[in-house]
Amino acid sequence: MRFSGLKILKEGLTGNKGWTNHWREPEPKQEYDILIIGGGGHGLSTAYYLAKNHGLKNIAVLEKGYLGGGNVGRNTTIVRANYFLPGNSEFYSHSLKLWEGLEHDLNYNVMHSQRGLINLFHSDGQRDAFARRGNAMINQGDDAILLDTEGVRDLLPYLDFEQVRFPIYGGLYHPRGGSARHDAVAWGYARGADTRGVDLIQNCEVTGIDISQGRVTGVQTNRGQISAKKVGIVVAGRSGQVAAMAGMRLPIESHVLQAFVTEGLKPCIDHVVSFGMGHFYISQSDKGGLVFGGDLDFYASYAQRGNLPMKEHVMEAGMTLMPMIGKARVLRSWGGIMDMTPDGSPIIDKTDIEGLYIDCGWCYGGFKAVPASGFCFAHLIATEKHHEFASGFRLDRFKTGYGLIDEEGTGSQHNLH
Amino acid sequence: MRIPCPICGDRDRREFYYVGDAQIINRPSPEASEDIWNDYLHNRDNPAGVTKDLWYHENGCNSWLVVTRSTTTHEVQHAELVTKLKGDGS
Ligand SMILES: Cc1cc2nc3c(=O)[nH]c(=O)nc-3n(C[C@H](O)[C@H](O)[C@H](O)COP(=O)(O)OP(=O)(O)OC[C@H]3O[C@@H](n4cnc5c(N)ncnc54)[C@H](O)[C@@H]3O)c2cc1C
Ligand SMILES: [Zn+2]
Repeated sequence: MRFSGLKILKEGLTGNKGWTNHWREPEPKQEYDILIIGGGGHGLSTAYYLAKNHGLKNIAVLEKGYLGGGNVGRNTTIVRANYFLPGNSEFYSHSLKLWEGLEHDLNYNVMHSQRGLINLFHSDGQRDAFARRGNAMINQGDDAILLDTEGVRDLLPYLDFEQVRFPIYGGLYHPRGGSARHDAVAWGYARGADTRGVDLIQNCEVTGIDISQGRVTGVQTNRGQISAKKVGIVVAGRSGQVAAMAGMRLPIESHVLQAFVTEGLKPCIDHVVSFGMGHFYISQSDKGGLVFGGDLDFYASYAQRGNLPMKEHVMEAGMTLMPMIGKARVLRSWGGIMDMTPDGSPIIDKTDIEGLYIDCGWCYGGFKAVPASGFCFAHLIATEKHHEFASGFRLDRFKTGYGLIDEEGTGSQHNLH
Repeated sequence: MRIPCPICGDRDRREFYYVGDAQIINRPSPEASEDIWNDYLHNRDNPAGVTKDLWYHENGCNSWLVVTRSTTTHEVQHAELVTKLKGDGS
């Protein structure tokens, strides 16, 4: 089933009876060429690009819950390419380009909205750092504009500019940054993969990984054993546990990150605004809710919900920056499990086990990476070669200390990102 | 979330700084292999369930604590002074 204006018109006139399911519900087969563990954004995009870019057919995605029930449906949807370090820059730049063509490619409305992202700064030193970052972005071929206080005031007149603690000196404006509808991204890739013959198998939890003589041969699941020539692990916050099934210990600690949404309001925040000093960022969804969040709770957690101190901290930061939101009522808050690496950057690599690959370590920034991660991970699985845009995301960089990608410059150590 | 500091009693989580898995208190010898150091510095069991992690009571008695805690429910079961576990001067 494909969407088109004509189809919508026809369905509207005939009682919307012709819409069909977006994907099949196949029973798992005995054997596949490639198994992808995890039906989040990254797992689904990997399967899609394996089929689309590499013409591979006999593929299944195994998801323990329902498609899109993990972080891909829990995040705050910022999509941007404002990274600074080689390794990250070219990767996120590529991802943003894929985003820009995604709706046509998938024939699916993912509501990608390039409404512009503004990262605020509050001191001379921070201005210098942002000027440097902006130059790096421009060198990478992306867009960046350094705004002074007046420039920010034109775009975001509702901020409290004169606050004593963090007066607003300006902002780095990234016009091509923005947001997208998170569920739709998962659904669009799912439908695209299914259409190309990928079996999407829900309620199928991987409980073991079969390895024989250093080579992966398949997986154990709650729905029986499934054989495979190649297996990709793409399970975000659960990476440590699934990797342990293959006897691996990963440089990953799982943490909880919270997010919040208010009741629906009339349009008032037109951009994505990031207030790094206060650990606060915000945008407004198309339904009108203010969607905002802050930093990790900062303790290892699999709970998918956080504690009150971080809620208080985030609300305080929001009130400091934009007192106008004080009367909005918070409707919901939730958490997701973040796969944190020591340097804050991801891993897309082979493992020591032949035929077993891993894509993980997306920390709190993996939504924007969904297209490029799948693109590059599919390339690795299909060709055995690292894609040029993801060649820095090596698992062994922690051991050797060579090629660490510490975007925040805080050190490569757990609990610093 | 409250942490039962053996010296100060039950205190709000905000008084404490979280370091990470308590394996960090067992530093390998300087001569240990690269793999052992990599395991110590970077790799983690990262359990879903009961874990032991290292916290610092920075807004209290300045003790280092090993806290037994569940990562799935956030229930805090127990806290022990590192000096008691390892003896003074280590
Ligand atoms: C509150 C919050 C805000 C965020 N904001 C942003 C943002 O603004 N911008 C941004 O770029 N990123 C953001 N992120 C990060 C982003 O959501 C994640 O990095 C990304 O979604 C992780 O990849 P994924 O979509 O594949 O993960 P998931 O959707 O979590 O997919 C992993 C899947 O693996 C499945 N799985 C796990 N174990 C097994 C098993 N044993 N067998 C089978 N299946 C299994 C899970 O059920 C899950 O569906 C945010 C995250 C959170 C929680
Ligand atoms: Zn104390």
